Amino acid sequence: MAQFEAPDFFEIDLLLSEEERLVRDTVRAWVGERYLPLVERAYREGYFPAQVIPELAELGVLGGNLDYGDFPRFGSVAYGLVLQELERGDSGLRSFVSVQGSLVMYPIWRYGTPAQKDRWLPALHAGRAVGCFGLTEPDHGSDPGGMQTRAVKDGEGYVLNGAKMWITNGTVADVAVVWAKLDGEIRGFLVEKGTPGFSAPEQRGKHSLRASVTSELIFQDVRLPADALLPDARGLGGPLACLNQARAGIAWGVVGAAMACYDEVRRYGLTRRQFGRPLASFQLYQAKLVDMLAEITKAQLLNLRLGRLKDEGRATPPQVSLAKRNACAMALEVARTARDMLGANGVADEYQTMRHMCNLESVKTYEGTHDIHTLILGRHITGIDAFGAAP
Amino acid sequence: MTTPPLKTLVCLKRVVDTETRVRVAPDGREIDLAGVQFIIAPYDEMAVERALQLREAAGDGRVTVLTVGPEAATKELRSALAMGADDALHLVCDGRLDAAQTAALIAEAVRDRDLDLVLCGKQATDDDDAAVGPLLAAHLGWPCVAFAHALDVEGRTAVVRRELDGESEVLEVALPAVVTAQKGLAEPRYPGLKGIMAAKKKPLESRRAEPPAARTERVALALPPARGALRTVEPTAEGLRGLLTALRDEKKVL
Ligand SMILES: Cc1cc2nc3c(=O)[nH]c(=O)nc-3n(C[C@H](O)[C@H](O)[C@H](O)COP(=O)(O)OP(=O)(O)OC[C@H]3O[C@@H](n4cnc5c(N)ncnc54)[C@H](O)[C@@H]3O)c2cc1C
Repeated sequence: MAQFEAPDFFEIDLLLSEEERLVRDTVRAWVGERYLPLVERAYREGYFPAQVIPELAELGVLGGNLDYGDFPRFGSVAYGLVLQELERGDSGLRSFVSVQGSLVMYPIWRYGTPAQKDRWLPALHAGRAVGCFGLTEPDHGSDPGGMQTRAVKDGEGYVLNGAKMWITNGTVADVAVVWAKLDGEIRGFLVEKGTPGFSAPEQRGKHSLRASVTSELIFQDVRLPADALLPDARGLGGPLACLNQARAGIAWGVVGAAMACYDEVRRYGLTRRQFGRPLASFQLYQAKLVDMLAEITKAQLLNLRLGRLKDEGRATPPQVSLAKRNACAMALEVARTARDMLGANGVADEYQTMRHMCNLESVKTYEGTHDIHTLILGRHITGIDAFGAAP
Repeated sequence: MTTPPLKTLVCLKRVVDTETRVRVAPDGREIDLAGVQFIIAPYDEMAVERALQLREAAGDGRVTVLTVGPEAATKELRSALAMGADDALHLVCDGRLDAAQTAALIAEAVRDRDLDLVLCGKQATDDDDAAVGPLLAAHLGWPCVAFAHALDVEGRTAVVRRELDGESEVLEVALPAVVTAQKGLAEPRYPGLKGIMAAKKKPLESRRAEPPAARTERVALALPPARGALRTVEPTAEGLRGLLTALRDEKKVL
């Protein structure tokens, strides 16, 4: 495959530190050399290529932004660039890393006891353990506050009952961060693989994110010890703070997928000829490339700004919503257009665009659908909540 | 084999990414650098990797990386520090140098250093001179083994394997020595984010260097002529016959 040429139309590179560029280039090279050769088969057959886990750990990307132990502790922009490059490979790869870092390690780091941190953070960072994040339920997706999974106090410990659905990494996870109501309040629990009453069957049959594991989590009278509870998370704010981390990462990630599609279709247009000329010589074809580049460039700049605000501790949840919403819609549009521009080749797995396009349908949906982020921003702008019950 | 702790210097060059499609600048003598990505020259990177492996095998030692190049080449030095090198020396110098100028600058900078081993790539992938290592050895008065496929160190002796045309040779050479890396010497590691974060705290000394006058001058640079059109051959007996005929009559290779 020809080497990826990343679009950087506004020389955003010059706004990055040397370190940030090095991080980006390292992950970019790794994805090209080590991951891309695996992904088509994994996607076709529907599995996550787990042999990359030790390599991701070696790179230090698994939760490596957290301030803990001897972790690398890179900033938000460097982390964003990591995710951008990983999703240039596949959204499933980026999802794995986002879940492990932002949705499993982050809540343990932020809400956990020192013992919970020491037990899990080094293992998760080193890829010796995999985690998953269980919030969504069969009957509660956009409305997680309505969740039905319940924990009740039982002596020193707890008993958990309920079910989660659409949980990335569920089947392969050694530890699940599970959100459940305890005395009516949402709390987080660490549930270990193999705990009696806990099972995590894989959900097969996805048309999207096929190189990623998605599972149900089922809890039938699962007895948890007292130290399974994350003490410092109370209410919906607990999981939402995790999602806020992950959503920022998604905003970066999908730009990588869009860049991959743009790069592929730009090359294609230059070599594929119809009516005796390259496709890229037609105005309609050019206009589409121009729209793609314009949208990618805007999203790149927005991400950089978001990352800097995050490092200054000033990024707000509505800003994250806007970035996630914009980037996902943009990337999906780029991928759909690029799919079209590849003609019949666009449906063949020799080209990566349709894989990205199918993946992006999930990415647009998870961590708050496009419309849910619209509602979040609408509430922010007007002060009026348009989610559910009449105001 | 017990590897002793070594003080190793690795010379590396910032070069245009080998996968870049190069364009010639309007002056007809330089490469157009607009939008081009740079990397550590691949054989140099293998040399860095082997130096790090030797240090790891010994459990001690020091790996210093050096480059002669523009201000921007700190990126390549940082990248080697991120891989694990201990410190870096940057001889800042703009414009293109020939191998003799580069070797002279390096020799002057390292002559008084206490070193056991100097590693270079067998050649930089931009100029393909394959001369800096041997010239540097001559300046220092050290032995030199070029195109090393394998390198180990035992006591004060480097054991170097070279792959020749059809046979394989093993040389022993007394340290200090210069060895240049051929493909196969080592598979470079990815730096890793921890290494990258640690690299900014490692010492990187940077100073201007005045090269001696050049005795070669590049007067023209051009791209190779475009390759002929691609022909496809049907996988049939007739197609293969056509291919053989073309190879014999047109290309005259049969
Ligand atoms: C591949 C994949 C992986 C996932 N991984 C995880 C994971 O690891 N952990 C986890 O907890 N979850 C995960 N999810 C679940 C995901 O977060 C949910 O699917 C998402 O929140 C949407 O919920 P839902 O599917 O129940 O859709 P619904 O909430 O039923 O929404 C359906 C549609 O209705 C719209 N809608 C909903 N409410 C409103 C409203 N008030 N006003 C207007 N429109 C509305 C939505 O925008 C959407 O278009 C994953 C999903 C997928 C597809």
